[in-house]
Amino acid sequence: MTLLNSVTIFVLAVFIGFEVISKVPAMLHTPLMSGTNAIHGIVLVGAMLVAGSADSTLEQLLGFIAVVFATVNVVGGFLVTDRMLEMFKRR
Amino acid sequence: MTTPLALSQTAINFTYLVAAVLLIIGIRRLSAPPTARSGNVIASIGMAIAIVFTFLDRDIESYWLIAAGMAVGTVVGVASARLVKMTAIPQMVALFNGVGGGAAALVATSEFHRLAPAGGHLASDEIGAMLFSALIGSVSFAGSLVAFGKLQEILPGRPIVFGAQQVVNASLFAGLVACGALAGATESGLWIVFLLAGALVFGVMLVLPIGGADMPVVISLLNAFTGLAAASTGFVLENTALIIGGTLVGASGTLLTILMGRAMNRSLANVLFGAFGAAPAGGPAVAASADGKSYREITAEDAAVMLAYANRVVIVPGYGLAVAQAQHAVRELADLLEKRGVDVRYAIHPVAGRMPGHMNVLLAEANVPYPQLFDMEDINPEFPRTDVALVIGANDVTNPAARSVPESPIYGMPILNVDEATNVVVLKRSMNPGFAGIDNDLYYDPKTAMLFGDAKSSVEKLVAGVKAA
Repeated sequence: MTLLNSVTIFVLAVFIGFEVISKVPAMLHTPLMSGTNAIHGIVLVGAMLVAGSADSTLEQLLGFIAVVFATVNVVGGFLVTDRMLEMFKRR
Repeated sequence: MTTPLALSQTAINFTYLVAAVLLIIGIRRLSAPPTARSGNVIASIGMAIAIVFTFLDRDIESYWLIAAGMAVGTVVGVASARLVKMTAIPQMVALFNGVGGGAAALVATSEFHRLAPAGGHLASDEIGAMLFSALIGSVSFAGSLVAFGKLQEILPGRPIVFGAQQVVNASLFAGLVACGALAGATESGLWIVFLLAGALVFGVMLVLPIGGADMPVVISLLNAFTGLAAASTGFVLENTALIIGGTLVGASGTLLTILMGRAMNRSLANVLFGAFGAAPAGGPAVAASADGKSYREITAEDAAVMLAYANRVVIVPGYGLAVAQAQHAVRELADLLEKRGVDVRYAIHPVAGRMPGHMNVLLAEANVPYPQLFDMEDINPEFPRTDVALVIGANDVTNPAARSVPESPIYGMPILNVDEATNVVVLKRSMNPGFAGIDNDLYYDPKTAMLFGDAKSSVEKLVAGVKAA
């Protein structure tokens, strides 16, 4: 993948990111922050690639901690968002 | 060595495309109340797809390390998400954000270690992206931990300021840029260690001078930072899932930060550099009584009678209600009053609680009927027709100084006009100022009566009083 491809994807994603939440009621600010917080846990994909291809003990250690951190981010993030939104549903 | 399960890169990229579409649909649905919960589920499915198919990437040579890390992370993540109290949600989000930033920094550092010693032929865009994720990820990690500490009240919520702070921070940042340039030029591990350490210090310094009341905005900003750090690791690993997922959060998080700031009528620059509430650190309550201002106390029994015979009561819940876990008792009080024919409404300030929308979550948890919740714009015109405004643990969002005192640090912040009600009853622990550290003239208004004590026990006393009335 060339740098230009990556930059193209990046720029398009910036526009989508802005567009997709342009009208959000204040009530949903906290759940939305928590939900997007879970989504940057996508860094787990990077952590997996790094941990899975580590060549040295140091890289293994860094990769392992990265996988733990990113998994906490993903799992905790989605669950806590769901707990918040569950409250709204019972109204 | 390749694993037998390995899929072609094209096939994996296709699954990433599917994952990205689900993430986008998820965020879109998360931003409207009726679809929010399904949006979260859809986003998590997208995430699961990206993770499962990454296992089939041929770059992955060993699984045990990943599996062990995911097991540990899942246990920690599930336990903390399940056990956290609803009032502690903001700091939990800060922690989850911090570990995400930390993960991005570690991924970048590990890649640097793997690729840099190969002979110093790293492409400049690659190394730039690595250094960017290491820097931003570490700032987000350290900053989020400080935000957590402040919200959890391990660290003082007040802004921590010292002379020449801006100069120190600016030089620190310049030093980080220099470290980054040297790390890029020499490809030496030493400089990246300096960069990481410096970035951690910078993250701490960035959040320390910011007051507790502004933490939600800061967490939202650091959330966007972590997104960008994750996107940047995508440039390093040439991975579309990372670029798209990270950038979506970077962009939407930035916009959300601006929206939150707007709800509090504060610009981002003001939040970051304003040291909100730093000035009156020396006990403004004392200063106020020195001015000769006096306040009126009321007993729970008298307040209960006032409520029971009112036509309309507006309840203004704030963070004090949340920490005291008084939301269930408040609902009981509201139900009792409704049964007596009192028109009961809740006035929800956009930043009531400690995060925008936090109060809605807490009241929903107590099964407060949704139609009783009113936004600030809808309830403000109603206050002149309200007999009793019952302020429970809310302070800054009711402070008339925001309307009338241009020198006040909260001047211009939209507030709930409770002082326009016929009577105001304020439930408060003591006369200490609120989170922003600013004295509230509402308490010295002749029509305001103070009921001191823990919000929950005070509300329970009101319940007993209304039953007896």
